[in-house]
Amino acid sequence: MTKHVLIYLIGLTFGLGISISGMANPAKVINFFDFAGTWDPSLAFVMGGAVTVAFIGYRLVFRRAAPIWGKGFSLPGTRQIDARLIGGSLVFGIGWGIAGFCPGGALPALGTGRSEVFIFVVALVAGILLAKALQRVSARKKPKAAQA
Amino acid sequence: METEFTPYASLGGGLLIGLAAVMLMATLGRIFGATGILAGFIQPDSSSEFSWRAALLAGMVSGPVLYLAITGNWPAIEVPVSTPMLALGGLIVGAGVTYGAGCTSGHGVCGMARLSPRSIVATLTFMAGTAATVYIIRHVIGG
Repeated sequence: MTKHVLIYLIGLTFGLGISISGMANPAKVINFFDFAGTWDPSLAFVMGGAVTVAFIGYRLVFRRAAPIWGKGFSLPGTRQIDARLIGGSLVFGIGWGIAGFCPGGALPALGTGRSEVFIFVVALVAGILLAKALQRVSARKKPKAAQA
Repeated sequence: METEFTPYASLGGGLLIGLAAVMLMATLGRIFGATGILAGFIQPDSSSEFSWRAALLAGMVSGPVLYLAITGNWPAIEVPVSTPMLALGGLIVGAGVTYGAGCTSGHGVCGMARLSPRSIVATLTFMAGTAATVYIIRHVIGG
């Protein structure tokens, strides 16, 4: 129970950070990328602040052998830079440019109860489920294709 | 639509986002990636994998409420995008982050902080994709 309260507070810290930063505001996000128009460089400060704290903090955390509640750190195992990573990221960027919401901005923004956020998040979940279904289908097809 | 330049608020928000990422790594040993947290919440592998994500998401959603309690205002959300485009964008973002295995928080903050080559490539790629898309929508199509 204590554990889940603390995890809730970690989520709350993130959600408050997103709310203060402007990352949940599509007008601000789109302006950050609109160099040729109404450019607003604010979000560089979000990224700069977050990466600096995480860069230093992770180094302190990784001095320990394991996290407080767990056997080890769950870090992504794959190191491969492939077409899936680059293609997926490019597609994400296109979607971010169209809608102005990213997942980390939109999820906390659900707390405002704004209908635009709900529309985006429902579509986001649909996109995730669709892509996962496609990944399962292509994973099933591959062994067959190798046999043929 | 112009938006106000807010370097201090944005930096302050960024520091909190980074702090949350460090605390999640220190406690659960997990990357604070919104994509992975959401995907694991809607399709969990086990009940223990579900419960921490549920607690984290509940906290995230409470963020704007705490902001309201502190400042007396909801965080600004201005959406200069039509509903169909919002839905289309959401669908595309969902597919992209699933194949790209991360978004702004997972690759852009946590991965960059770990100096992960994959995350650096992913972040540069999606930022370029977003900038190109905004340019086309605002200055080529929008004129």
